[in-house]
Amino acid sequence: MFKPTIGLEIHIQLATKSKMFCSCSTEFGDPPNTHVCPVCLGLPGALPVINKEAIRYGVKLAHALNMKINLKSTFYRKNYFYPDLPKGYQITQYSLPLGFDGFLEIPMEGKIKKIRIERGHIEEDSGKSIHIGDITESEYSFIDFNRSGVPLMEIVTQPDFESGDEAYEFLTLLRSIVRYLGVSSGDMEKGALRCDVNVSVSKDENKGTKVEIKNLNSFRSVKRAIDFEVERQIKAIESGERIIRETRHFDEKEGTTKPMRVKEELNDYRYFPEPDLPPLELSEEFVLEVKNEIPELPNKKAVRYIETLGLQEDYARTIAYNKKYADYFEDIVNKVGHPKEVANFFLVNILGFLNKKGKDVDELTFGSNEFKELFSYLDSGLISTNIAKSVIEESIEKGISVKEIVESKGLVQITDENVIKEIVVKVLKNNPTPVSQYLSGKKQVFGFLVGQIMKELRGKGKPELVNKILNEELLKLEKGDEP
Amino acid sequence: MDITALSVSQIVSKIKTKELKAKDVVLTYLTNIDRLDSEIKAYLNVFHDYALKRAEEIDNNPNKKGLLLGVPVAVKDNISVKDFELTAGSKILKGYIAPFDATVIEKIKEEGAIIIGKTNLDEFAMGSSTENSAFFKTKNPVNTEYVPGGSSGGSAAAVKANETLIALGSDTGGSVRQPASFCGVVGLKPTYGRVSRYGLVAFGSSLDVIGPIGKSVEDVAITLSVISGFDLRDSTTAKVPVLNFETYLTGDIKGKKVGLIKEIQNFKIQPEVEEAFRKSLEIFEKNGAEIVEISMPHLKYALSVYYIVAPSEASANLARYDGVRYGFEGNADNLRDFYEDTRTKGFGSEVKRRILIGTFALSEGYYDQYYLKASKVRRIIFEEFKRAFEICDVILTPTSPTTAFRFGEKATPLEMYLSDVFTIPVNLAYLPAISVPFGVDSKGLPIGIQMIGKWFKEEELLNTAYVLQEEAKHV
Repeated sequence: MFKPTIGLEIHIQLATKSKMFCSCSTEFGDPPNTHVCPVCLGLPGALPVINKEAIRYGVKLAHALNMKINLKSTFYRKNYFYPDLPKGYQITQYSLPLGFDGFLEIPMEGKIKKIRIERGHIEEDSGKSIHIGDITESEYSFIDFNRSGVPLMEIVTQPDFESGDEAYEFLTLLRSIVRYLGVSSGDMEKGALRCDVNVSVSKDENKGTKVEIKNLNSFRSVKRAIDFEVERQIKAIESGERIIRETRHFDEKEGTTKPMRVKEELNDYRYFPEPDLPPLELSEEFVLEVKNEIPELPNKKAVRYIETLGLQEDYARTIAYNKKYADYFEDIVNKVGHPKEVANFFLVNILGFLNKKGKDVDELTFGSNEFKELFSYLDSGLISTNIAKSVIEESIEKGISVKEIVESKGLVQITDENVIKEIVVKVLKNNPTPVSQYLSGKKQVFGFLVGQIMKELRGKGKPELVNKILNEELLKLEKGDEP
Repeated sequence: MDITALSVSQIVSKIKTKELKAKDVVLTYLTNIDRLDSEIKAYLNVFHDYALKRAEEIDNNPNKKGLLLGVPVAVKDNISVKDFELTAGSKILKGYIAPFDATVIEKIKEEGAIIIGKTNLDEFAMGSSTENSAFFKTKNPVNTEYVPGGSSGGSAAAVKANETLIALGSDTGGSVRQPASFCGVVGLKPTYGRVSRYGLVAFGSSLDVIGPIGKSVEDVAITLSVISGFDLRDSTTAKVPVLNFETYLTGDIKGKKVGLIKEIQNFKIQPEVEEAFRKSLEIFEKNGAEIVEISMPHLKYALSVYYIVAPSEASANLARYDGVRYGFEGNADNLRDFYEDTRTKGFGSEVKRRILIGTFALSEGYYDQYYLKASKVRRIIFEEFKRAFEICDVILTPTSPTTAFRFGEKATPLEMYLSDVFTIPVNLAYLPAISVPFGVDSKGLPIGIQMIGKWFKEEELLNTAYVLQEEAKHV
């Protein structure tokens, strides 16, 4: 049996207002080269100054990923030439990263899987190259330095993953955590979260030859690329090929990995301590202060939803991993109770409706007051769950209150047993054939009779009562009693 | 009135009392430049119009404030002055107009200084004779057959030739002190972290310091007061108070202990320099100081350490000159060749040599053996200085083992490097040091004495230098 060994390297853009080493804005999507200065353009004589907010974000994330914090960490220069790297080196951390030796537990098939995290270090982003057509044939390229110097935290995991699913699960949780912490938007499409993958397969304890995969633009791509690459390597080894250490490119359309077409040179980054920045020293108080700012994180939240609120696992995670969902959900449950019902209404009806309309939870006016009314109708049996669902949708869509909808439409259920009994008797009288069929043992016609009764009641008869009374009347007929 | 005979404080006070116009000061120096600089070639760029305009502004402003009010300052062309070309003596930066002022430039402007031009230097401050400038050679005003030293050769020559009153230089391994010594002027290398490097074209970032060159210790002291201080834009600057250094020049050094490095006898020194050095020690004794012998067994490794650390840092610092964003642009039809063409044509041979040495010293498999080892030995040298300063207040050496040499005389790079053998250890240990002229050799070439002070004790160092300066007047 082949065993895959997979590790991730994740770059997370820290959502500070200004860049890592200068005061330029980090705003995404502005016209090219509008957020630049001597420092992030690498002009002669410019010097870097550490952005303390980025360090605070880094420490926060390191804490959340259970890392140990280096009270003294150092910056290094990583040297390589590329047009979007204005200084010819990237300022990054090397031998003493901000955080190290952490872990994150992910739920996998009902079990908990621990993914160890090797390190988390702070560095600066490069500018962005925009090629005209294919990089190898491009006649010229543009460079946008707006991104140059934006703070990043690189998270390097241990090679603890065994499948694409695990990587997918890990990234989903990680993205949720960075959003909860407010340290990053976590948006992969904006490049705020980027992931490279290392994959090897082996039959024995040796790890096999590591292949790096780049160009992964979504969590789904990460999963697909891993699954493809594992298969590819197994097949290659089985057919007697040797896996070569290389960087491969994920082709999204084909769902395959391919060797990089651009010839890779052997990189020697010649790391050495950044002489422009003294070691970064943090006080224990600062580290503790940052730790205390960390809110309840999604993984803990999900467990609480399951264990104390009784939610089913997938519901619990879906709500907990999305801060907006969780905030909404908790607000309602705190004021109204009924966690299971709220979760159900929210995920099935409210979210479904929002998705259909392309709206966000933020825009929702259906709040705790509406739920309170809704539950008062439900609890007293005045409306059915089905009606409640349609009331929710109508309330959201039209922006009118639950009470108004229920009252104006006369949606309140008929719970008067005498009224129902009158109709039941009438229906039985008008349908002698089905009744005799029922009495002769054809119990399926019960449903037909319910339908007829509901029709007479305009659908408002309380189903439990209709069933009960119909049963009673049929029983009387069986015994020969006259209705 | 001979304006060039006036000191900084005299000029400033005369302008304040309107006894003198800033314009007359500037005109005097500009006239000297016009008269002499075609021969000396200290300047890469003279700011005629700008300097005159600034002088007029000062003369027209009734509010006369500033420690350098109306004082002409020449600036080494590796320091960024907004809206003026910044070449660092290199073809690769030709045409680059700096969009911002270095912190030291902001500071001197604020104190009323008038920047009169940019001075020549060895390309990227790499050299000891200014012969490595990509543009032309600067001559020593004392004798134009000799080099002015380097790399701040243009700044030292401009001061000596009365083409400016004050100049700023940068000192990575002696680049302020050695040319000051060769030209017979005063040159100060402040403690690392005393003066902001923001706006200084980086060479060896852990060694580079901007320092003043002037005709007297007093002028240098005033300039230091202006350019010093913690700077938010340079994380390596120190939060130490800035003193009015000139007020510490009392001439009283009684009871001070002057360190004499025992191992200095192992270095090859020109006999006349050696003799001047001995004489300077006697002068300190005569003034009530005590000579104490100190031992620095690792001093002999300083040059080797420097030629690993400085090129290593330089190899990264100079990576940005790739022709993509500014300066000289090569020609090629793909990226790799473009880099190669730009840097092959843009850099001179000494710069290339150091980039190669530095790249090699940092390479995988060599890092431990070279860069890391050098960093460790640097630490040892630092510790030796630290121990020395437990028993002495200032350390004396010749600034350079020789007086100025002729153009082309240093045939190999190593011969050239040896010129900085006494100045380099000071940069490795982040210490302040000053070179003061003390007599001349048989050819009439100036001899400089170096005094090395304790960290951030420039006031003591300057006072010691002041004593030597005053005594030198009688030598």
